[in-house]
Amino acid sequence: MRFGVVTFPGSNCEQDVVHAVNHLGFDAGHIWHGDTDLSGYDAIVLPGGFSYGDYIRCGAVARFSPVMSEIVRYAEAGRPVIGICNGFQILTEAHMLPGALLRNRGLKFICKTVHLRAEESACRWLDVPAGTVLRVPINHNEGNYICDDETLARMRENGQIVLRYCEPDGTLAEGGGAPNGALDDIAGICNERGNVFGLMPHPERATDPMSGGTDGAHFFTAIARRVAEVAS
Amino acid sequence: MTLETLSPELAPTLAVELGLKLDEYEKIVDILGRVPSLTELYMYSLMWSEHCSYKHSRKALRMFPTQGDHVLQGPGENAGVIDVGDGWAVAFKMESHNHPSAIEPYQGAATGVGGIIRDIFTMGARPVASLDSLRFGTLDTPRQRYLFEGAVAGIGGYGNCLGVPTVGGEVYFEEAYEGNCLINAMALGLMRKENLTRAVAAGPGNLVLLIGSTTGRDGIGGASTLASQEFDEKAEDKRPSVQVGDPFEEKLLIEACLELLDAKLLVALGDLGAAGLTSSASEMASRGGVGLDIDVTKVPQREDAMMPFEIMVSESQERMLAVVTPENLAASQAVCKKWGLLSTVIGTVTDTGRFVVREGETVVADMPAATLAHDAPVYDPAMERPAYLAEVQAFDPMTLEHPHTREALSATLLELLASPNICSRHWIWEQYDHQVMLNTVVLPGGDAAVLRIGDTGRGEMSERGIAVSADCNGRYCYLDPYTGAQIAFVEAARNVACTGGRPAAITDCLNFGNPEKPEVFWTFHQSVKGLADACTAFGVPVVSGNVSFYNESFGQAIYPTPTVGLVGVLDYVDDHCTMEFKAEGDAIVLLGRTRNELGGSEYLKVHHGMVAGRPPKVDLVDERLLTELVVTAIRTGIVRSAHDCAEGGLAVALAECCIAGGIGATVDAEGTLPAVAELFSESQGRIVVTVAPEHLGALKQLAATHGTPCTRIGTVGGDRLRIGTAADVSLTEMRDAYLPTLERLVHSDETLQSEELTDR
Repeated sequence: MRFGVVTFPGSNCEQDVVHAVNHLGFDAGHIWHGDTDLSGYDAIVLPGGFSYGDYIRCGAVARFSPVMSEIVRYAEAGRPVIGICNGFQILTEAHMLPGALLRNRGLKFICKTVHLRAEESACRWLDVPAGTVLRVPINHNEGNYICDDETLARMRENGQIVLRYCEPDGTLAEGGGAPNGALDDIAGICNERGNVFGLMPHPERATDPMSGGTDGAHFFTAIARRVAEVAS
Repeated sequence: MTLETLSPELAPTLAVELGLKLDEYEKIVDILGRVPSLTELYMYSLMWSEHCSYKHSRKALRMFPTQGDHVLQGPGENAGVIDVGDGWAVAFKMESHNHPSAIEPYQGAATGVGGIIRDIFTMGARPVASLDSLRFGTLDTPRQRYLFEGAVAGIGGYGNCLGVPTVGGEVYFEEAYEGNCLINAMALGLMRKENLTRAVAAGPGNLVLLIGSTTGRDGIGGASTLASQEFDEKAEDKRPSVQVGDPFEEKLLIEACLELLDAKLLVALGDLGAAGLTSSASEMASRGGVGLDIDVTKVPQREDAMMPFEIMVSESQERMLAVVTPENLAASQAVCKKWGLLSTVIGTVTDTGRFVVREGETVVADMPAATLAHDAPVYDPAMERPAYLAEVQAFDPMTLEHPHTREALSATLLELLASPNICSRHWIWEQYDHQVMLNTVVLPGGDAAVLRIGDTGRGEMSERGIAVSADCNGRYCYLDPYTGAQIAFVEAARNVACTGGRPAAITDCLNFGNPEKPEVFWTFHQSVKGLADACTAFGVPVVSGNVSFYNESFGQAIYPTPTVGLVGVLDYVDDHCTMEFKAEGDAIVLLGRTRNELGGSEYLKVHHGMVAGRPPKVDLVDERLLTELVVTAIRTGIVRSAHDCAEGGLAVALAECCIAGGIGATVDAEGTLPAVAELFSESQGRIVVTVAPEHLGALKQLAATHGTPCTRIGTVGGDRLRIGTAADVSLTEMRDAYLPTLERLVHSDETLQSEELTDR
């Protein structure tokens, strides 16, 4: 199992993802944004950071990097693509996922550990039962997810809402509990097919008990297991 | 006659306008043997400014111990470097960006972070953490809230983008900083020992390569007219002297420079900070004993018609200066190009020892390079003990009426927990990425930040860790600068020790008023002496630092604020300790002894509105033994939690342990002192630890061998903090007082705030 982690100019979590994946016993390699060869990778991760300084809009420049057209093809083949934080923003800018991520409601950057509830979804890269509560850090200035009503209805119908911000006991806070103001408390979504997954929280920051806990491991082990299943 | 030539009549007038004194101007004429050109005059005025030359502080700083077996690089370089074992080295430094931040808080603080981070990777280290020591006036005016909110946003905006975690720091709100806030930024970097790089130009014939941003008119005279003068009503006019940061460019610079150093492509690397190209180039040349020949027309410019002097002193951010051999030029430029960075040859290294600046064919400056960096005059400023000291020190807090009932003392405890100088800082650090790089083991909010040592993602990990804390209580320094500076040191040492770190070395940022005033200079001299004595007693050297003078507005100086950034080493990071109470039934132990010391306390300020008395006494021998005791107790696994007693005294320390652990405690007040002193005295040399009951004997034994008083004062458990008959508060009451204060104060006037944000 080999993860390919893309580095855009301004990415800053690519080393963390590689470290987390290695720590969990999988292989990983770096992909420079200017390269277009994705052969040899079983899953692609677009990591967090500030690609191109987040100038213009988060992810708006990175979507034009040479590697992105290959990633679109890779996703069209049904293979795993995960976007974490800035990676999620890039996936929405590239129209690989619906909706957009606006500035946090309080106009402040937020770095803290939050509770997430796994929803009943089409996402193939998370293998905990629906309703499971996970503790994973968030770290962003633009995580306020938004889409139009029609898209939201379609996403619900297709099971595209993967993760929602919740209370420690798994209930949703009345009137919305997302720290960033996200619509419907949405923290992570997937495409209809379930193979492109974007999330604002940083699972790589929760793979080691010494720094951040272990709930983030599920995201990487699930991909590895599914990839192994497909291969066998 | 060209624009560059100055007449003997005009030159001295201009020199004075640029911040030089007349005798300093005469010295320049002596060195050159003629009237300086316009460019030369500008270059000298910057390099000989207080900010760049340390002309008032240099002699006093010689008191600092700077040696040690583990010191790889002491003061004098871009950052100090220490050996932390297993082949790893840590580079660190703290620096002020006070004046720019007082004018434009977001950009001032942001570029403060950018500047200190460049100092770190210049040494060949990957920046792995930053901390910030901040001072503002009290938050009851819109201006102070604007400065505070803007500075925090700027630190986050820059550091978060770089992917360097902001892991700690400190903040105080005091009237004394109303007209002159303090923004001290500290950064740490990690490297393999063999990768240590110095900014020493060498090899005549080698090329001078400018990497990064284009050069504009921003920040011209930042070090001289802004950083080396007091504020007055014209401060707002100095806004153009504040630089504007581009963290994305800096992130690219970090990656490109570390790649260049890894590939051994560079002879030398230096960053462009205060005084821009002039400072970077002249320091690099003088360290190497060589000359430089630079053509300003080669420097990529972002504005039209820039004069040579403007190019030479511009403080445009995110630029680095490298020396490369002609053979390595192509490979070096290829790395820069990969990262989308400009890199331009702007000159050559010569064997003349002279710093020559050309504009095409025309020579506009030609001077001995070393005279810029080293020949600034060194002053011996007059000193005089300030008159106010006798009066404030004579005050005896016990002459006041103090609360003595349980109700009144409990209410006072809650009042202290809600004080802006004590309350939770989560509103600040939740705006900072404090986790990126996955090495932050103890998050902000603890006594000290603890980082795992290792190059995450590159597979090189170590069992070791470092602990780091920045501390200074300016109020103590105002009341007694010698003792106050020592308290800054011992508090930082206790904080680091409480996490299991052995104090190894410090950096400092010495913030004072106008050194040309004898009373201000006396406080500076006393502080340096106090800090030097503390370092010597602990065997902990000063490896880097910064002096910031002229922190005055309208003639009123700030409190003397010698901030200490202390780095400690943990042999096994797994053994680290945190402050929160862990388990029901654990014994609470006070190491050290409480005395009746309410002078300069937060209690006195919050409850009586007074800053007076003598600060708590410091016994350096006891303090050193205490830190050694705690580090040993943590390493041997005896203690479950450890927390320093500081502002607010024992009662606040206990409350913080309860809030962090979500559990209460029952404590017996010791008894011999008045209740208010038992609770709120700020005696130094005290740490609260908890141990499982079966380990109490072992701790007592260990404490006895260190000669440290060790008293069981209570037991962890329940959901209230009960301190004898003196105080009784619930966890909820403590949380409600402690957690929301900063957010509440910042948002106390939303309307005004949004107006100000629009202004910006």
